Amino acid sequence: MKADSRSLIGGRFARNFGRGWLLAVFFFLYLPIFTLIAYSFNNSPLPTVWGGFTLNWYVKLASDREILSGLWLSLKIAFLSASASVVLGTLAAFTLVKYRRFGGRTLFSGMVSAPLVMPEVIIGLALLLMLVAVQRATGSDLFDRGMMTIWLGHLLLGMAYATVVIQARLIDLNPQLEEAAMDLGAKPFQVFALITLPLILQALASAWLLTFSLSLDDVVISAFLSGPGSTTMPLVIFSRARLGLNPSVNAVATVIIAVVAVCVTVGSVLIARAERRRAAEINAAQRGGG
Amino acid sequence: MPALKSAPSEPRKGLAGRVHGLLRGRSVVIGLPYGWLLAFFMAPFLIVLNYSISEMGAVRPENIVTLGDGVMKLSIKFGNYLAIFGDALYVKAYLSSLKYAAITTVVCLVLGYPFAYFMARAKPALQPALLMAVMLPFWTSFLLRVYAWKGLLDEGGLVSDFLLATGLDGWMAASGMIGTPGKFMNTPFSLVIGMSYTYLPFMILPLYANLAKMDLRLLEAAADLGASRFKAFWLITVPLSRAGIIAGAMLVFIPCVGEYVIPELLGGPQTLMIGRVLWDEFFSNNDWPMASTVAVVLVLLIVVPLAIFNKYQAEAQERGR
Repeated sequence: MKADSRSLIGGRFARNFGRGWLLAVFFFLYLPIFTLIAYSFNNSPLPTVWGGFTLNWYVKLASDREILSGLWLSLKIAFLSASASVVLGTLAAFTLVKYRRFGGRTLFSGMVSAPLVMPEVIIGLALLLMLVAVQRATGSDLFDRGMMTIWLGHLLLGMAYATVVIQARLIDLNPQLEEAAMDLGAKPFQVFALITLPLILQALASAWLLTFSLSLDDVVISAFLSGPGSTTMPLVIFSRARLGLNPSVNAVATVIIAVVAVCVTVGSVLIARAERRRAAEINAAQRGGG
Repeated sequence: MPALKSAPSEPRKGLAGRVHGLLRGRSVVIGLPYGWLLAFFMAPFLIVLNYSISEMGAVRPENIVTLGDGVMKLSIKFGNYLAIFGDALYVKAYLSSLKYAAITTVVCLVLGYPFAYFMARAKPALQPALLMAVMLPFWTSFLLRVYAWKGLLDEGGLVSDFLLATGLDGWMAASGMIGTPGKFMNTPFSLVIGMSYTYLPFMILPLYANLAKMDLRLLEAAADLGASRFKAFWLITVPLSRAGIIAGAMLVFIPCVGEYVIPELLGGPQTLMIGRVLWDEFFSNNDWPMASTVAVVLVLLIVVPLAIFNKYQAEAQERGR
């Protein structure tokens, strides 16, 4: 049956064509990343001419104050916005999945997903104009452009992504597990903390990773909401990249790519393993109970 | 706020009890994200709208509604909108944003459909690894991947050298993809390459999800009835993947229309995009009302594709259940 349906798709030519297409597109996807890495070791003042191997750009990077302080700020903002996005995203996803009926549900679901597709220039502009208005109305400097305002912007975007990821998991959840807990007398909050939360933990972890990397990468929203002294790393990179090719950018890129590749690989292996273990436990429990 | 309507709860005594009642369960779960979105998503938009239709005072827009001498005056300024639609620069920028977003969508579809198709028909054991390999570039910095194309397309870059060696640049210059033979950066070509590269995974993932779910017995039935493989593909697989095609196309098209970073790094004078116009109005001209007006018109532009996308998403979800 399997072999039959495979041959329905095509003969040897189609299979080879398919393999070739997959390889070609993967080549397209990975070529820029590998050249970026390769040229970070390029010992030449001309960015596109290969002049031998060097670690010079990395040595320079270690004393590049602008990049390093930008990186530190970006990491802080990414950590804070990912954490807050997961909290708000969980609440929003829970609202959308569990409460089918409440006033203004359409408006709510529209507002939750709108930042996903809204051009970032608009999100940045809108938030900035509002923060300026609040500042003028209250005279407080709480919303002075800086880390706090960038965090607000990233949180708006991150919450939308976190909600999508967590919502998908909540929809898949077996409602019987929660019903059983309620039948046994658990209060709503206990049901959430003891049953739902452990079940969606993997989704929370992936949502956190996703929003962390989004925040670490954002240029446009940060540009609108940053002030003097709060230049994030992407803003530093962007301003250098705008002026032309710059080997220091290649070196930063390589470091970031290495860190992200390791984190994502380890993270997804751990998540997949935990997922399998949980599925096995649930299976065992259901067999044992039945 | 309608959202704070709390669930019917048992009567409590005293203020503390009532506050406690309000802060529990449902109303907090709904109220917190709702309130946050109203304050930081809805309100900012209303302010942008307000900027675009108000007479500007010294530092902030004048009130639209004014009360005085027992008369309520409503003053709405359309000047900014008239300026946008009367000025060829803005109209051109909107049109070219739509054009390049559409070209990018087609390029992504042409590259992505066969890719998603062959991925969905690959050995099941291989599929998670392929999926991971598509997702991995998505995790590495978007900004850096766009920057990398600068190095590839600049004079002496790998792709630039390759295209020169094949002699394709003469044809590309003749067809208007690049300005002069041999120069690939800051042209429509580099812009479309950069946007297609960035958004290709957004095309592949919904298509793959759709094609992987397809019932292969339908193809068997078609073969039994005498259809050739190509005919079966064209008459069965393609129509069945319509929802995936539309979802992917919208996920590429919508963000491309308002894109700023890619046109700024890879585009040139020929490829004026509206995201850059908005940015320049704000950062270079300091014209906040005009920037707001550009933003409102941009939102109106993406509302239609967005509605199409939501309709098909809802349909796909219905079927998925």
